[in-house]
Amino acid sequence: MSDERIQSEKMEIFLKGLWRDNPVFVMLLGMCPTLAVTNSVINAVVMGVATLAVLTLSNLLISSLRKLIPGQVRIATYILIIATFVTVADYAIKAASLEVHKALGAFISLIVVNCIILGRAEAFASKNSIGKSVLDGLGMGLGFTLALLLLGTVREILGNGSFAGVDLFGPNFQPLTLMILPGGAFFVLGSYLLLFNWLKHRKEKEQKELEAVTFYTGEASR
Amino acid sequence: MSETTHVPEKKLQANSSRLLMAMGSVGFIAGILIVFTFQFTLPIIKANEKAYLDQSIFEVVPNTAYKKVFTPDQNGVLKPIPEDSEEPYKIFACYNKEHRLTGVVVEASGQGFQDVIRLIYGYDPQKQAVIGMKVLQSTETPGLGDKIITDAKFLSNFAHLDVSLDESGERLKAPITLIKGPRENDHQISAITGATISSRAVTRMIARSTAINIPLIKKNIKVLEEAGNE
Repeated sequence: MSDERIQSEKMEIFLKGLWRDNPVFVMLLGMCPTLAVTNSVINAVVMGVATLAVLTLSNLLISSLRKLIPGQVRIATYILIIATFVTVADYAIKAASLEVHKALGAFISLIVVNCIILGRAEAFASKNSIGKSVLDGLGMGLGFTLALLLLGTVREILGNGSFAGVDLFGPNFQPLTLMILPGGAFFVLGSYLLLFNWLKHRKEKEQKELEAVTFYTGEASR
Repeated sequence: MSETTHVPEKKLQANSSRLLMAMGSVGFIAGILIVFTFQFTLPIIKANEKAYLDQSIFEVVPNTAYKKVFTPDQNGVLKPIPEDSEEPYKIFACYNKEHRLTGVVVEASGQGFQDVIRLIYGYDPQKQAVIGMKVLQSTETPGLGDKIITDAKFLSNFAHLDVSLDESGERLKAPITLIKGPRENDHQISAITGATISSRAVTRMIARSTAINIPLIKKNIKVLEEAGNE
């Protein structure tokens, strides 16, 4: 395989998590933290970064040990590895900021049961090289962080009138409290899914029209 | 027949040892990683917790230059203890630059709407009133119950909450109560609209804690005042 093709394949692995196979907007995985902790931008970013770190490190370790882990105990072993990195992330966040740790509460520990991480371990890291698995973890983790940030931004602005704790509209702003409650998360997520599906269908329609035009002009010129 | 049963048994034996080896090795790596991270972050986490508590204490009792920690003995006499003591029942005496007692901070905790709420309140012996309150830990509903931390109107209840004692010095003159709507007197706490359960939880904690601790502080006020000169 040529160097250019290898580079392009690596780029494809990294980018697919950001957009084409985005874990939240396309695969609809990891809904529990997506809905629960996106009530503010800071919470969303910290949860996203913690998941990114756990996903990348567990992909790295699982990929390096993939030939040594017998199939019968692979899920148990993956969970053990994921739980280890979640515990490490939990201590790291607590050391970095007590306030943020308190705000995220039990959701840091619940990263263990985030199906994106186990899903990527089983579907990708257990079958691919270390480099590719790390890129997959980084791409999927960044895609997850991006999705959480998009939700957190809308919810905090509408529900609290602020962005990352900075007041945007002054004391007379009447916040839409529903937006920072779990119900608001469903509304915002539903709206984003609607937008992304509309964009996807529009692109597919344009593609079909382009193909039809190419076919027609090709036939005519013959 | 015996051969057919013997072969899978041997295979299972080989598999079992490999399974054990694999899981044991991963468990070993996991253990090392967790212990290393715990040892590395523990002093930082403890320092963060101490800094947060110090900052909160100075917020609830203004003009504080330094503080001393006390705990009651079996006879109800307050004894000084080191700041890093693991003693769960701590009373913080706050002093200004002139070594005069500016207030006493007490920690209270109790069940909130979702989980335990931990808070501290400052008591001014001169005014015989609670002069500040800060929530240290809470998982109340974001946007509703968590207003106990941020709502300026609710927090203003604790700028002057009367906890003066009766003539016996053992009981509060009037119990602290929760009221829906504006306060009618200084013994009342005005509830947050839409967060009555969290407001009631805070009121219950402060009422219960002041009923025990204010007589204790009053009884030991000389000990606390004199400790500032030492």
